Amino acid sequence: MASKRDTRRLIALLTPGTLFLGIFFLGPLAVMVIFSFLTPGLYGGVEWNFYHWNYGRILGWADGDWEEFDPVYAQIFFRSVRLAFTNVLITLLICYPAALWVSGLSVRWRTFVVFIITLPFFVSLVVRLFCWVLILRPSGFLNTTLLGLGVISEPIDIIFTETAVLIGMAYILLPFMFLPLYASIEKLDYSLLEASSDLGANPFQTFLRVTLPSTLPGIAAGAVLVFIPSLGNFIVPDLLGGAKVLMIGNLVEQQFLSARNWPFGSALSVMIMLVMFLAIVIYLRRIGRSEIVR
Amino acid sequence: MTQAAESIVEVKEAVKRFPAPEGGVVTALDSISLKVQQGQFVTLLGPSGCGKTTLLRTISGFEDLDSGAVLIGGESVLGVPPYRRPVNTVFQNYALFPHLSVSGNVVYGLEVAGIKKTERDHRLKEALERVGLSGFERRKPAQLSGGQQQRVALARAIINQPKLLLLDEPLSALDRNLRQSMQLELKSLQHDLGICFLFVTHDQEEALTMSDQVVVLNQGRIEQIGPPDLLYHKPATRFVAEFIGDSAIFSGRIQNTEASPVLVTEDGLGIPVGRGPKPGDHATLIIRPENLSLAPPNPDDSVSILDAVLEQSVFRGATHQYVCVLPNGTSISATPTGADDEAFSRVSPGDSVQLAFRRNIPHLIIESQ
Ligand SMILES: Nc1ncnc2c1ncn2[C@@H]1O[C@H](COP(=O)(O)OP(=O)(O)OP(=O)(O)O)[C@@H](O)[C@H]1O
Ligand SMILES: [Mg+2]
Repeated sequence: MASKRDTRRLIALLTPGTLFLGIFFLGPLAVMVIFSFLTPGLYGGVEWNFYHWNYGRILGWADGDWEEFDPVYAQIFFRSVRLAFTNVLITLLICYPAALWVSGLSVRWRTFVVFIITLPFFVSLVVRLFCWVLILRPSGFLNTTLLGLGVISEPIDIIFTETAVLIGMAYILLPFMFLPLYASIEKLDYSLLEASSDLGANPFQTFLRVTLPSTLPGIAAGAVLVFIPSLGNFIVPDLLGGAKVLMIGNLVEQQFLSARNWPFGSALSVMIMLVMFLAIVIYLRRIGRSEIVR
Repeated sequence: MTQAAESIVEVKEAVKRFPAPEGGVVTALDSISLKVQQGQFVTLLGPSGCGKTTLLRTISGFEDLDSGAVLIGGESVLGVPPYRRPVNTVFQNYALFPHLSVSGNVVYGLEVAGIKKTERDHRLKEALERVGLSGFERRKPAQLSGGQQQRVALARAIINQPKLLLLDEPLSALDRNLRQSMQLELKSLQHDLGICFLFVTHDQEEALTMSDQVVVLNQGRIEQIGPPDLLYHKPATRFVAEFIGDSAIFSGRIQNTEASPVLVTEDGLGIPVGRGPKPGDHATLIIRPENLSLAPPNPDDSVSILDAVLEQSVFRGATHQYVCVLPNGTSISATPTGADDEAFSRVSPGDSVQLAFRRNIPHLIIESQ
């Protein structure tokens, strides 16, 4: 039981954060949810009438007068979820072996590698992504190199494809997968691996039965940290996906900035949020609980 | 059966050196040879850092030897990885898998070996019964006490029916009472299972109570191998004598005739000793507290007398321990029993006493010439 003094201290410590989040996070969020149920104004803005067709346009029922149901919205939505999920897998497959390797280095090298991994944060995101445009475009570094080596005879179309978007997203989100993974792999108790080997498990069995389950919290944290920004991302598809690979983030951006349909943009945002919320709930139920028992 | 088939594990002139981070090398094992016979409880005893863990790890396969060999069941295991060696280990920190339940931990070895579920369940039940943990199947290691965790580690190892079980100070984390009851349990478990135990400890009492054979290690070398009573009564070296049991130890040179030799220490104390050593020999005399009592009124030739002053008497439950000081300043303890104890208890601290021991009982180590 917490004593009265503890309670008072807790209140003192939590109040500023709670107020800040309440005003600057929950406030706008509430505005967004409310807007998503209002009628779009003719020249932007909103009219204060209840209007559920914002969701209808995405999910399959439209008001028929002003707007049509178009499956393209649902398609873009599912494509975004799929790309975000694929990106989680890509970053996981790249980062897990890397983190295993780094955790085996000496302390000085480990610190250095972690520093290197956070280094790209010092450069603007747009600049870094534009470098990928230079690399991937038809006359870019990749194509000229492959052509020069004779691997290909014609430039390959890679920019403005899903592949390009995945490359870009994996590139910017790698650290978010690497750092939590590395943190949990580094904590891994080496004597557990020896115990497993002692009990007759070969290295592969040990990996599956001890290493992987022990680092599951890191995997889950990394997955959530990569999934959420991937889903809402609009800069990467904008620069590397062009008009062909729209993601839901681009759609939201368009609705707010060009189409000036705030309610529809809000409805799209609420959809994204629901998926993220689901991801976090799964994370907490699966992983959070086993963490508590430890 | 041949000799080779009987020894479960044999270590031959094992040498292991580690590069020390501060430069140079640490010789953790210095030409170690030992054999563990079928059904034996063998203890490795030695102070911290003497190489006990290293020796276990070379047998379980986590450490390679620089030279020498390890034979399991008569065959060299050079290059055989730990997971293919028919030995199991109870680790000092238990190393239980935190994400698995008690039963998950215990059947781990059977699962990776691909044993069928029905047999697994059967053996799980049996192993848990043996260590007294039935009903704990679904707990996680974090939900167990230290003693219970220790039992899980034990069950996890014995369920695989290894030829040899290695135990690295498994009791050191337990409190005294629990440790003593676990000592007896381990001993009877070993007897029932008929598996060889190679048990590491730095607690000499533990080694004496549990073992068939004790291997005393010091700085990577074997000081002595033998059954507990031999080590206690006939220590081969001064180190063994100091390490096992309480004793007063005197080193010096033998003077006088061969018929009545006297050990003279560097500070001039002369102690008559039994026959055996020749004049000029370097010798070490080991007197256990229970060998000392008050001198009888008319001592004959079979006892030696030491003049001393009683400093204090300490109550020890069944007996007293009488701490005396010799003329040269060394203190020496006596724990006589029965009538001898009664006689001694009438002496008050500060009084002079004559301590006596039977010449043929204390052990004399003759070191040279
Ligand atoms: N990996 C290693 N690198 C360098 N030196 C080591 C290594 N492992 C052990 N040593 C050294 O080898 C010697 C023996 O170590 P070992 O762990 O076998 O001792 P121990 O008898 O088990 O001691 P304790 O009772 O404290 O567990 C020690 O001097 C130790 O410092
Ligand atoms: Mg040790």
